[in-house]
Amino acid sequence: MFCDVCAKNQATVHLTEIVDEQMNELHLCEGCARQKSAQMESQFGLSELLAGMAEFEKPDADKEVALLKCPNCKLTYADFKKIGRLGCGECYSAFKKYLTPLLKRIHGSGQHFGKSPVKVARVVKKKLDAQDLRYKLQKAVESEAFEEAAKIRDQIKDLENKQTQNHGQKEGPADEA
Amino acid sequence: MKLEDLLNHSSEWLKGTGPSSEIVISSRIRLARNLDKVPFPHWANKKQGEDILQVVDAAVAKIDYLKNTTNFKLADLDTIDKQFLVERHLMSHEHAQKSNHKAVVIDSEEIISLMVNEEDHLRIQVMQSGFNLYEAWNIINRIDDCLASELSFAFLAEWGYLTACPTNTGTGMRGSVMLHLPALVMTHQINRVLTAIAKLSFTTRGLYGEGTQAIGNFFQISNQVSLGHSEEEIIENINSLIRQIVEQENQAREALLAREKAGLEDKVNRSLGILKSAHIITSQETVELLSLVRLGCDLGMIKDIDRRAINELFIITQPAHLQKIENKKLNPQERDVKRAQTIRSKLKNN
Repeated sequence: MFCDVCAKNQATVHLTEIVDEQMNELHLCEGCARQKSAQMESQFGLSELLAGMAEFEKPDADKEVALLKCPNCKLTYADFKKIGRLGCGECYSAFKKYLTPLLKRIHGSGQHFGKSPVKVARVVKKKLDAQDLRYKLQKAVESEAFEEAAKIRDQIKDLENKQTQNHGQKEGPADEA
Repeated sequence: MKLEDLLNHSSEWLKGTGPSSEIVISSRIRLARNLDKVPFPHWANKKQGEDILQVVDAAVAKIDYLKNTTNFKLADLDTIDKQFLVERHLMSHEHAQKSNHKAVVIDSEEIISLMVNEEDHLRIQVMQSGFNLYEAWNIINRIDDCLASELSFAFLAEWGYLTACPTNTGTGMRGSVMLHLPALVMTHQINRVLTAIAKLSFTTRGLYGEGTQAIGNFFQISNQVSLGHSEEEIIENINSLIRQIVEQENQAREALLAREKAGLEDKVNRSLGILKSAHIITSQETVELLSLVRLGCDLGMIKDIDRRAINELFIITQPAHLQKIENKKLNPQERDVKRAQTIRSKLKNN
């Protein structure tokens, strides 16, 4: 079978395309397939899709947003919109206002509940524990397990009390000095 | 370890062992990780790209758990070598495209692979044969902890691990399960199943991951959402979905045996017949026929062929594998001849 596009080489790549619910089969040689794939990439790039999702959020202030720049890696929000990728971890803080709704839209949530790096773990563990309990509380309420919910609420109170006490202790000696 | 050593080794993902291995081929987990404050690979300059390679290399060298790994710089590999690693599911198609400042670290068992400077600084992957996401999680969780004690990862308590693409933010985790679902395809139920999967925020891909078509009745199912659930929750969600699909495939297999046993036996044996006698065969036809023969083995219709031989054929009939075995470049037509020859000789000895 010869390539549908150049009709010169043997077709080795077989592609099924769906356009407007019409299914087309294409038989291509390696060279033409490579071109076709680049073409498809530019048509349905993930970057446009992501940028489109973020776009939703802000009807005005286009210029102001485009000028936002990550102080660490110098990627601008306009760059992010164009390439659909952030420049470094710091971009998340730099573009927080615009990423918050985007992340919610992609994942249906704006709060991490998974593991944390061992180094960070000690520092954020308490914070995460409280978040985890609040999440469990929400789940318990949703499933109408009210006894369980009451228990979790008490655990959250305990944790918060402990944190306040810890702060008090830390500040204590400093005051004395 | 040399790349060639892998040729005499059966890929973890096609070992054909592990829980529910008649239907679930393999389970895989990958974690995306980035170094704190360092530009992501697409945004890093040449020097930063090289630095990332060195920093990761040094970290891996310090970790006892990773002592049986080999680091391959992509710049040192030719196109066939890179394709060879893609075919063995040790790196992504995307990673193989450009070689600059990229590496892949592989363990001798082919369970662990670490892609350096793919879309993220680190893409850690752990593969298990059969239906075994929890074991994959245990291994990868440990590797991740080891790496995190050597490297500082970009992380925010609110958003978890920070990745180049916001679709991976949070756990940075993607759990994937490769399924062989010939009976659901033959009974025309597969579209209903795939539609249901998409509605539950899971994605379906073909044999080689992103952007590939499902051939030979193989489907790879993975989670789409990575933020808002813990790793264990994500795994449990995938597991409960997979358990249902496995159940449906089993029911479809029973229904086929009850209603169309003769027809199925005919299909299976014709497929075996073609594989045993063809002199020219494409990789797509090979995978499709091997899929049916595998089903025949699962259902006890074919008894004189070792299932390991079938699994091995899936691997060694791929383009880069054929060229690696021949140790020279072959054009597509030459490959089709070589492929048919390889299959005939393998099945003759069985």
